[in-house]
Amino acid sequence: MNLNLKVNGREHEAEDVWPGESLLHVLRERLGQPGSKNACEQGECGSCSVYLDETLVCSCLVLAAQAEGREVVTVEGLTEDGDLHRVQEAYLEAGAVQCGFCTPGLVVSTHSLLSRNVDPSDAEIREALAGNLCRCTGYAKILDAVRLAAGRAQGGG
Amino acid sequence: MEVVSPSGLQEALDAKLENPSAVPLAGGTDLMVDLNFDRRRPDAIIDLTRVTELAGWDRADGAIRLGAGITYARLVAEVAPELPGLAIAARTVGSPQIRNRGTVGGNLGTASPAGDALPPLLAAGAQVELASATASRSLPLTAFITGPKTTALEPSELITAVLVPVATGPQQFSKIGTRNAMVIAVTSFALALHPERHGVTTGIGSAGPRPLVAEAAESFVEGVLEEEGLWDARGVIPGAAAVRFGELVADAGQPIDDVRGTIRYRRHALGILARRTLGWAWDDFRKVSG
Ligand SMILES: Cc1cc2nc3c(=O)[nH]c(=O)nc-3n(C[C@H](O)[C@H](O)[C@H](O)COP(=O)(O)OP(=O)(O)OC[C@H]3O[C@@H](n4cnc5c(N)ncnc54)[C@H](O)[C@@H]3O)c2cc1C
Ligand code: FES
Ligand code: FES
Repeated sequence: MNLNLKVNGREHEAEDVWPGESLLHVLRERLGQPGSKNACEQGECGSCSVYLDETLVCSCLVLAAQAEGREVVTVEGLTEDGDLHRVQEAYLEAGAVQCGFCTPGLVVSTHSLLSRNVDPSDAEIREALAGNLCRCTGYAKILDAVRLAAGRAQGGG
Repeated sequence: MEVVSPSGLQEALDAKLENPSAVPLAGGTDLMVDLNFDRRRPDAIIDLTRVTELAGWDRADGAIRLGAGITYARLVAEVAPELPGLAIAARTVGSPQIRNRGTVGGNLGTASPAGDALPPLLAAGAQVELASATASRSLPLTAFITGPKTTALEPSELITAVLVPVATGPQQFSKIGTRNAMVIAVTSFALALHPERHGVTTGIGSAGPRPLVAEAAESFVEGVLEEEGLWDARGVIPGAAAVRFGELVADAGQPIDDVRGTIRYRRHALGILARRTLGWAWDDFRKVSG
């Protein structure tokens, strides 16, 4: 089957999609968008997090056909004119990236949190990132990164 | 494998009648895991996420009619005042990503003994609405779930809605797991107070082949509240009665030993959840109306 969807602002047509495939598979293997990572394929780790019609989802749990005609934004789509988004900058600056496998999903989840809540408490940050696992950092620097990005957003950056 | 994506309910029901072995797909948070791991390979899938009739909720004569496709995120955001027990349970499901996709219809469709929507729906006295292309019917939740992961759904039917009476008093839900987020309940418990008829209703999760009602515990605590005149006096429930309530709820559980917990632990935890939720709900009742 052919699949038409908008990814990061551009219309795409993916050909020969097997109907049982996940959106994650389509993004990575058919549309050349490998930012969203595949780790668990069962909704546990969040490394495949994307926006589907502005809602944060695990793309491994979305059937490709469910994305037909919909709009997807991946971590690649958060950069602005080639510049890193301030959430991405904050992750780098805070040292919240070690192996980096979890980072794209965490960046998208953090972006989603800050778009709803410009000044989240620590409890709200933990709650919002509960679906994203990191095996390296121990999360302390991830929390730092979110606070840094939130502070800058409030400062108008 | 074939995927059909109906945009209306009749079209979806027609597709199900034409191919009763087609598997409905809502948020995919249960079914996609099975597909990704090759545990299920259906010949056809009916994607319900475009069926507008399933996506919303409305008011219906003292009840809220939740479309089967309503997500946990929307329950939390939209119906917490009317269905507080269900909203508390919805808040404990998975992660934001899971709550944004997972639906009540999917929780009913999976019918796992650990489904978190089920105990509060049971305590609230919910009815499940089922429809085929030619007929519709509605069943109490207790009749809908027939065993672990089995339901009364006929192959030609879809779950269309759940009818949940609006809360008339405080409701609570609590679950035990290994950490605070992203856990399948080791055991769970929901409770609803009905001040207008001096009633207490319950729902036990993850401690039996299906969600269970703790009938003896309900009658016991109703008797104590009545005898002591506590509904009118808005008095404190005697400690011994709360403990006894917990014991009776624990007795009503039919837990098994599995990877998540032993029979002994589950029973113990269930009794404690029951005692605590009763205390929280009763405190709310005394505060709000006192
Ligand atoms: C990481 C993770 C964490 C989770 N945490 C929890 C948790 O804390 N608590 C909990 O209860 N669950 C949890 N779940 C399980 C799951 O999210 C819920 O059971 C959810 O309600 C399923 O809904 P869905 O819309 O995603 O269902 P789907 O996966 O789309 O469908 C589930 C089943 O129901 C059937 N179905 C769906 N809609 C209908 C319908 N309208 N008519 C007939 N059949 C239908 C499907 O055919 C399928 O068999 C978790 C899952 C994951 C991946
Ligand atoms: S790959 Fe999707 S949640 Fe882990
Ligand atoms: S940095 Fe390695 S998993 Fe998070």
